[in-house]
Amino acid sequence: MSTTALTRRATARRPAWRSSGALGLGIATLWLSIIVLLPLAAVVARGFDGGIDTFWHAITNRQAIAALRFTVLVSLLTALVNAVAGTLIAWVLVRDRFPGKRIVNALIDLPFALPTIVAGLTLLALYGDQGVVDIHIAFTQWAVLLAFLFVTLPFVVRAVQPVLIELDREMEQAAVSLGAGNWTVFRRIVLPNLVPAILSGAALAFARAVGEFGSVVLISGNIPLKTQVSSVYIFNQIESDSEISAAAVATVLLLVSVLVLIGIRGLGRWGARHERALAEDGR
Amino acid sequence: MIAATNITKRFGDYVALDDVSLEVPDGSLTALLGPSGSGKSTLLRIIGGLESPDEGSVQINGEEATTISPQRRGIGFVFQHYAAFKHMTVHDNVAFGLKIRKQPKARVKERVDELLGIVGLAGYAARYPSQLSGGQRQRMALARALAVEPRVLLLDEPFGALDAKVRAELREWLRRLHEEVHVTTLLVTHDQEEAMSIADHIAVMDHGKIEQVGAPRDLYDQPANSFVMSFLGPVSKLGTKLVRPHDIALSQHAIEGAAQAMVSRVVHLGFEVRVDLMLAEGQAVEVQLTRHEADELELSSGDIVWLRTAGAAALRA
Amino acid sequence: MTLTRRWRITLRAVALGYLALLLLAPVGVIFYRTFEHGVGAVWDSITTPAAVSAFWLTVEVAAIAVPLNTIFGIVMAMALARGRFRGKWLLNAAIDLPFAISPIVIGLALVLVFGVNGWFGGALADAGIKVIFSVPGIVLATIFVSLPFVVREVTPVLREVGDEQEQVAATLGANGWQTFWRITLPAIRWGIAYGVVLSVARAIGEFGAVSVVSGKIAGETQTLTLLVENRYGNYDVSGAYAAATLLALIALATLLAMTLIKPRREENE
Repeated sequence: MSTTALTRRATARRPAWRSSGALGLGIATLWLSIIVLLPLAAVVARGFDGGIDTFWHAITNRQAIAALRFTVLVSLLTALVNAVAGTLIAWVLVRDRFPGKRIVNALIDLPFALPTIVAGLTLLALYGDQGVVDIHIAFTQWAVLLAFLFVTLPFVVRAVQPVLIELDREMEQAAVSLGAGNWTVFRRIVLPNLVPAILSGAALAFARAVGEFGSVVLISGNIPLKTQVSSVYIFNQIESDSEISAAAVATVLLLVSVLVLIGIRGLGRWGARHERALAEDGR
Repeated sequence: MIAATNITKRFGDYVALDDVSLEVPDGSLTALLGPSGSGKSTLLRIIGGLESPDEGSVQINGEEATTISPQRRGIGFVFQHYAAFKHMTVHDNVAFGLKIRKQPKARVKERVDELLGIVGLAGYAARYPSQLSGGQRQRMALARALAVEPRVLLLDEPFGALDAKVRAELREWLRRLHEEVHVTTLLVTHDQEEAMSIADHIAVMDHGKIEQVGAPRDLYDQPANSFVMSFLGPVSKLGTKLVRPHDIALSQHAIEGAAQAMVSRVVHLGFEVRVDLMLAEGQAVEVQLTRHEADELELSSGDIVWLRTAGAAALRA
Repeated sequence: MTLTRRWRITLRAVALGYLALLLLAPVGVIFYRTFEHGVGAVWDSITTPAAVSAFWLTVEVAAIAVPLNTIFGIVMAMALARGRFRGKWLLNAAIDLPFAISPIVIGLALVLVFGVNGWFGGALADAGIKVIFSVPGIVLATIFVSLPFVVREVTPVLREVGDEQEQVAATLGANGWQTFWRITLPAIRWGIAYGVVLSVARAIGEFGAVSVVSGKIAGETQTLTLLVENRYGNYDVSGAYAAATLLALIALATLLAMTLIKPRREENE
């Protein structure tokens, strides 16, 4: 799709009072292409520079495949824990009342605001060898899970919170009036309405975890075949000038990211349809 | 005068306006009346320059305006949901168009004060739109549109978002304002009562076409077709004829050529009395009587009566 | 759904306990560790020439990247919220890419285009411009990772505000530029502010992508986050804690700004 075709179309369809945006759109698209799309294309191109065999060899190399498998597994576990803990936290923040709730609510975003390297260092300070408490999980696979859980905490909470706020309480009251107990109300009424939000929050957490680097680089110990995640593996390949190998594994991570994004868009559409159906029911 | 000639507008496959022509006489208050989806708002937006027509042309005071941007068309536009500039005070809202035209400050203030007086918001200049009621916001929007001394005023369902009481008040108020300011006004509404009570001309639209144009009374008494007739008021079907329920006379004696019917229900609505009847061939008919007429007839359920049309307006169904 | 008091308190305790162990305890410990030898030592540690240079480089990079992303973000948001054009869904999806991609992949991607052996490497070298292992590379990486924030914050606000105010402004004689400055921009200012705060936080805190492209030359291409890692790697643990605490304070300021802006941003809704 060329930029000129895009802008011409925009002008043709717009009424006169807002015809000015086309040039801006063209420049913004060009900007996005140069900064984001072109470099990503370069990764894929470089990954296949040595042909498909070299690519395949690079990603099935023992260390690479071990790192990929470990990363995906821990990321899935991260998504799962987040789905439960995030929903619980969102529920407490929306439905419960306690002093200091506003502060807790603001703190949820801390992992977004805190640099990942600082997050890694803080976890190391608490749970490392010279840590304050007697839990020494640094340089184990659990440490990676912990770091992932830290940086991905806000995703499910922030996805579920607004849905829970908007959720029609009368629906629950109606269920109760029909004799449903708390567990039934949660399972049959509340949860089905939250599922799209939980899934998309968990998917974002998964995507973030798969690519995470700063928070794990210190605490994982980077032990190949054991605690090394893919991003660290790629980093090591770059440092040792194995660009093709780095680009090949990066291409796999890129593919995972794109698939998750597509999945989330699908979920968004599903959620919207869900809501529309509810709205139409209400009429 | 506004003249829209042979306007066609499509949105994808949907034809919103199909070769529509309309003339709005100078100084008139004309209503575009029709159900939702009839194309009335689209026609208004095309006249205002907010949409461009696929075919046809728009002239304002004899000047070709089809390709002129809304900025230079000399129009005032008022939206159903006010479109108040939320971050500006009432004063700044009304002053907006004057400031764009780089009028001197003193002149702006004088004009804004004058307009706020006209629309009854004299003490509200320093308030923000969020501090006003819906009716006040809409009066502010009218003052804002009038500030730039538009050649024509275009109102898109201006009272549609207000509750019934405020709506009735604002209707009266707009009618008086129009007599004062006398700017050519085109108003879009789906409410026939609003159109009848406020406009001196009505254009009835349906399915992207104008069905009939005329004075309110003419449309009511001489509707061009069954759509116009039923959109402007209640209709009863008597045999093959469409008749207004108040144009049917009842008699307790058999009359040559009149239809025989049985009274099924009598409903007293204050001054008006509604009689539900069942014709001999099984068709239901509604008749409106004055209380006086009903008292004379002493009707009750089960009575047999004879019906005939008494008024002028009747259409073949 | 009305829970008994006992259930409510149990759920509350579990949720808050999880947050305390995962978030508060580690961050609290690092503050404690930083200041256990007194404020003076911390001050000395964050005013060394390397630290001061890292601080100013971080500020400089954010000061370039954030305004560019803000302008881009507003233009893109206007197009996504108001425009109708072919390929809009594709553009919409592409904007989220920086959120989903590993920072290391981002760093690598930039090296492959702007590095010495990259697609533009030859041309840039001929022009005498060094991007990778230099400040421009850090700026590019920072722009990349913080690109979506303003777009994603402003687009829903624009949709919510609608375009009727802009249409009225047009009928009152305002041209496109006047309408943008006087009507559109004031309506979306808090959405922009929120996006800018998020962008600043991300720009200051970016580590992975920057560490690939920077070359980590102390006093030249070392940002604050790189300084933390560098000190930790050189067994200067307390120095690393001090720099980390400085960054954590910036993060807390970010949270405060987010909390203050959020309600104003939602006024439009």
